[in-house]
Amino acid sequence: MLEIEIDGKKLTVPDGSTVMEAAEAVGTYIPHFCYHKKLSVAANCRMCLVQVEKAPKPLPACATPVTDGMRVFTKSDLAVKAQQGVMEFLLINHPLDCPICDQGGECQLQDLAVGYGDVDSRFSEVKRVVPNKDLGPLISTDMTRCIHCTRCVRFSEEIAGAQEIGMAGRGEHSEVMSFIGLTVDSEISGNVIDLCPVGALTSKPFRYQARSWELSRRKGVSPHDGLGSNLILQTKGGRVVRVLPRENESINECWISDRDRFSYEALMSSERLLTPELTIGGQVVSTSWDSALSKVAEEIKGTIEKFGADSIGVVASPNSTVEELYLINKLFGGGLGVRAINTFGRMSDYRLVSESEGVRWLGQSISELRQSDLFMIVGSDLRMESPLLAQQIRQSVKRGAELCVLSPSSSKQLCRSVERIVRPDELLSSLVSIAHSVVVKIGKSVPAVLQLAGLLADDDPMVEAIAKVAGRGGRISILLGEQVENSPQALEIAKVASLFAEAISAEFGWSFASANKVGAQLLTVDSADPTFSRQRKMLIGFGVDLCADSPNAQLMSHQVRAADALVLFSPFKPLSHVAPFSASLPVAPFSETGGSYINIEGVVQAFNGAVRCAGDARPGWKVLRVLGNLLSIPGFDYQSVEDVRRAALGDLEKLSSSTLNNSIDVEDVRINEKHNALIRVGDVPIYQSDAVVRRSHSLQETKLAGCSRLARMNSKTLSSLMINHGDNVLVSQGGAEFSIVAEEDDTLPDFAVALPAVIDGCGVLGELYGPISVKKNM
Amino acid sequence: MTVYTKGVVFDGVDFDDPDCWKLDRYVKRGGYAALRKIIEGSISQDSVIAEVKLSALRGRGGAGFPTGLKWSFMPRQFPGQKYLVCNTDEGEPGTFKDKDIIELNPHALIEGMIIAGYAMGISVGYNYIHGEIFQDYRRFEAALQEARDAGLLGENILGSGFSFQLYAHHGYGAYICGEETALLESLEGKKGQPRFKPPFPASFGLYGKPTTINNTETFASVPFIIREGGQKFLELGKPNNGGTKLFSISGHVSRPGNYEVPMGMPFAELLALAGGMRDGGKLKAVIPGGSSAPVLPAQIMMDVTMDYDSISKAGSMLGSGAVIVMDESVCMVKALRRLSYFYYEESCGQCTPCREGTGWLYRIVDRIERGEGSLGDLDLLESLGKNIAGRTICALGDAAVMPVQGMLKHFRDEFLFHIENKRCLVH
Repeated sequence: MLEIEIDGKKLTVPDGSTVMEAAEAVGTYIPHFCYHKKLSVAANCRMCLVQVEKAPKPLPACATPVTDGMRVFTKSDLAVKAQQGVMEFLLINHPLDCPICDQGGECQLQDLAVGYGDVDSRFSEVKRVVPNKDLGPLISTDMTRCIHCTRCVRFSEEIAGAQEIGMAGRGEHSEVMSFIGLTVDSEISGNVIDLCPVGALTSKPFRYQARSWELSRRKGVSPHDGLGSNLILQTKGGRVVRVLPRENESINECWISDRDRFSYEALMSSERLLTPELTIGGQVVSTSWDSALSKVAEEIKGTIEKFGADSIGVVASPNSTVEELYLINKLFGGGLGVRAINTFGRMSDYRLVSESEGVRWLGQSISELRQSDLFMIVGSDLRMESPLLAQQIRQSVKRGAELCVLSPSSSKQLCRSVERIVRPDELLSSLVSIAHSVVVKIGKSVPAVLQLAGLLADDDPMVEAIAKVAGRGGRISILLGEQVENSPQALEIAKVASLFAEAISAEFGWSFASANKVGAQLLTVDSADPTFSRQRKMLIGFGVDLCADSPNAQLMSHQVRAADALVLFSPFKPLSHVAPFSASLPVAPFSETGGSYINIEGVVQAFNGAVRCAGDARPGWKVLRVLGNLLSIPGFDYQSVEDVRRAALGDLEKLSSSTLNNSIDVEDVRINEKHNALIRVGDVPIYQSDAVVRRSHSLQETKLAGCSRLARMNSKTLSSLMINHGDNVLVSQGGAEFSIVAEEDDTLPDFAVALPAVIDGCGVLGELYGPISVKKNM
Repeated sequence: MTVYTKGVVFDGVDFDDPDCWKLDRYVKRGGYAALRKIIEGSISQDSVIAEVKLSALRGRGGAGFPTGLKWSFMPRQFPGQKYLVCNTDEGEPGTFKDKDIIELNPHALIEGMIIAGYAMGISVGYNYIHGEIFQDYRRFEAALQEARDAGLLGENILGSGFSFQLYAHHGYGAYICGEETALLESLEGKKGQPRFKPPFPASFGLYGKPTTINNTETFASVPFIIREGGQKFLELGKPNNGGTKLFSISGHVSRPGNYEVPMGMPFAELLALAGGMRDGGKLKAVIPGGSSAPVLPAQIMMDVTMDYDSISKAGSMLGSGAVIVMDESVCMVKALRRLSYFYYEESCGQCTPCREGTGWLYRIVDRIERGEGSLGDLDLLESLGKNIAGRTICALGDAAVMPVQGMLKHFRDEFLFHIENKRCLVH
């Protein structure tokens, strides 16, 4: 520990601290632009110059290490003169366009200019003008305003993991830009907007929408992935106009993904359903809630009376709130005796629910996960599934941890990693081989299941990496992702992973890509049998696009077409009304309802509605309450969303360790025969992950959204099918065909076709990780 | 043109011999004897450093930091790779001495670096050569190959068990890459921008490893010091200013060129050596240590001796030893305009005062030169100088300010004349 005195205040700080950190600890603000606690120190803005006793020159607080007994003066004549001098230099070429700058009112330069700038300018030369850059559909640029702090440059390299922004040119001609002809395509790129201390980088969708002082700030929680990023929803005139991160060091730090930041655009899109609609005899009519709900109640009653409760199937999004899921289960499961209630998204192996001993979860807290010495990610394109979790793992790897990825397809991790890309139907056998080899290598006894597949070569890099860390007793975390969750062999893979984790004393858990999958598991009624194998007379959807959010769009579209009645609770208009009886009921999206999510570490995060419901939309829990009353089901007299939450969770803030349990109860693990039949890799594209994201205009314009509209195969697969890169191909699954452009992608395994789970016209396709055929479209 | 009166760096070099750079010629004039002396006599690392300390050799790149002291900063017991780097990125306007060393006597540098590597326990070195002297880069590569072929460089030098690899690397002409940490960044393949210090290269240098960086002339002086002894080197010059120094003399003299003379030679003598003023001109001013050194008027200059301490006392600095001689035909406003333009163009743009300030300085001087200045501009120049100097990441900010301060101190009248009469005093 070192002693330091700042402006007369004495404190001790840990070795290696900087003056800036010490000042923050003692509550002294030192003006700065380039310094940011999560980024490397650049010391280039020079705004934080302070006086240090015995130093002849003012020193930058951000880059000056504390020495024992140091005395610092942040407001002395020398320090303030230096800061004022720097401010003058920053302002000479900065345009005086604050009145038309989106940053106005929340601009660090503007704020500090009040304190350190002069009334007049001594600069009588012509100001610099810098051409703007095209950074893509999310980030707007006004590069003349740039003060060259390089926060965005450092963010892209250090946090996002790819050098997408740099400072080209020299001296006064320096310009921050992306690579020539390329945009900024990171899945967390929007954070540079927050980082930019001036109005050089601003939000493109938010451009000219509002001034910062007109906005109300409401707390929110991300509805898009299992991390539960904390949000600030900024509203104006009853609309969410911007989303910013709310700092929570133990979850999202100070970042949010682009999905969290820009998905709000869908909330006011023309696709919003604003009044209840009924389709009777082919006629669509807008109607009142009273009439809509009583018609729906009648239809439900009638269907049960005629065909029994098993003739109804319910699909609710795992991004629904705890309260909604609780009421759905209580209403349809407990109240009406419906067994087919699916709240698990694209999961296709429901044994995962029935054979799990508890609620599957991350297996540790997010903060504990970051401390791992080795991460083994199995069956996950983590950057696309949970961008910030991938970012946190990247930071751990930069601090020295190892990363192993076993997956059928994976975006680059943008950090040091050992990757093994295998066919989806070989995920299980590969995991068994790796586990077998590692356990043998560290000299532990090998459980029988892990002996089902042979040993890998002794110098296999992944085996070596895991064995090395396991051998020295390092902390290992095995994470299963959506590719496992959605796999037909999910149960076996989970069992093997848990046995492997046990054998090498590793942590083992799941990184769900839905906001409330932990809640969905917790709230499922015991009688649930979510398989949709047989035709239902009535289908009820909640917060989902029935086909796009299904594990098998082909089967679901058959179901939808053959159903007699369709009831859709959704913020958005349904794609079509096809059943003889269709009801579309506008329920509130995440921004317009109170509720809570339970994230992957079991933490309950509650939030209130940020704005009033659009049109006649109503919070889902209220709609379900009224429907419960109409159906005369007892116990539906909640007065508030908190009442529902209390009924669902009691007063829990975090699920208990007895509830959270990743143990899998299965003995019989069998490994498939190896074969070379063409197989589909049906990952969920990042900007198709749920009904809200799908309707967010700007996200759909990004390059990441674009690359999901292709059928990708490696060169070996392409040549064996006599297809060239760029050819139009016909893909078929279950007898239905679909035309799409083929692209060569050598990161994929042999004889696998990456064809996204959700794609325009994808309704014809079936199993996400099932057999498929592809031929050239003549 | 290269001339020496007392040779250290160019000891015994026959400049008329086109092959004077070659290994056999170097060995004939006593080259690699110092290296053999160390290896055959098993002289300890500490003794080598002590000898360099005794010689009072100071860094010849411009800052004049005592070399022996710098070498002793290297953590010799550091486990892992350490690096030795030679700075031949000679970009200071007026300076052209290092170019001659690697062109005419490259083995002196190679031998000096091997000895330095031995003294500090370093096994890998790089020579970063300015991008605009590509032919000399090739010459240096050829010399390296000769040394490797003769077993003087590489694995197990002269059977001693000591190994030292030396590589040449050329830059692309950015002035800022002569700043040692920008040089390291550039050598690592990054954009050449200075790092903030601390940490210093001795603890966090090339690729984050302990690194010692010296100038070409500094390394090239080392073989003499080891061969002839530090004391002899010291005695060539003055106390605290040991040895000889290469001066690159340019401007209005009859015989511009490099002159290796003992430290402490009176400027008048040096001027005479360079053939005196060209065409009988009258000396007006001298920039004694490269473009970033403050200018000194003739009357002050004729009284100084050419060493660190004397020039520093006179209000300037010896710097890299680039002596720019100006006669009465020179307009000081125009001269400053050219100097300021250089720093404006060569600022790396990383930190605010330099990026914004150098351009501002240039534009004001340019305005004055064009007769569009105002009286307040001179105060503004001085004030801006104070806001730049000492507030930047590296010394380029100071380097840009010093010529302005020097000119305004000694030739303020000329600037006032430009402002008041909207024309030049000289022309």
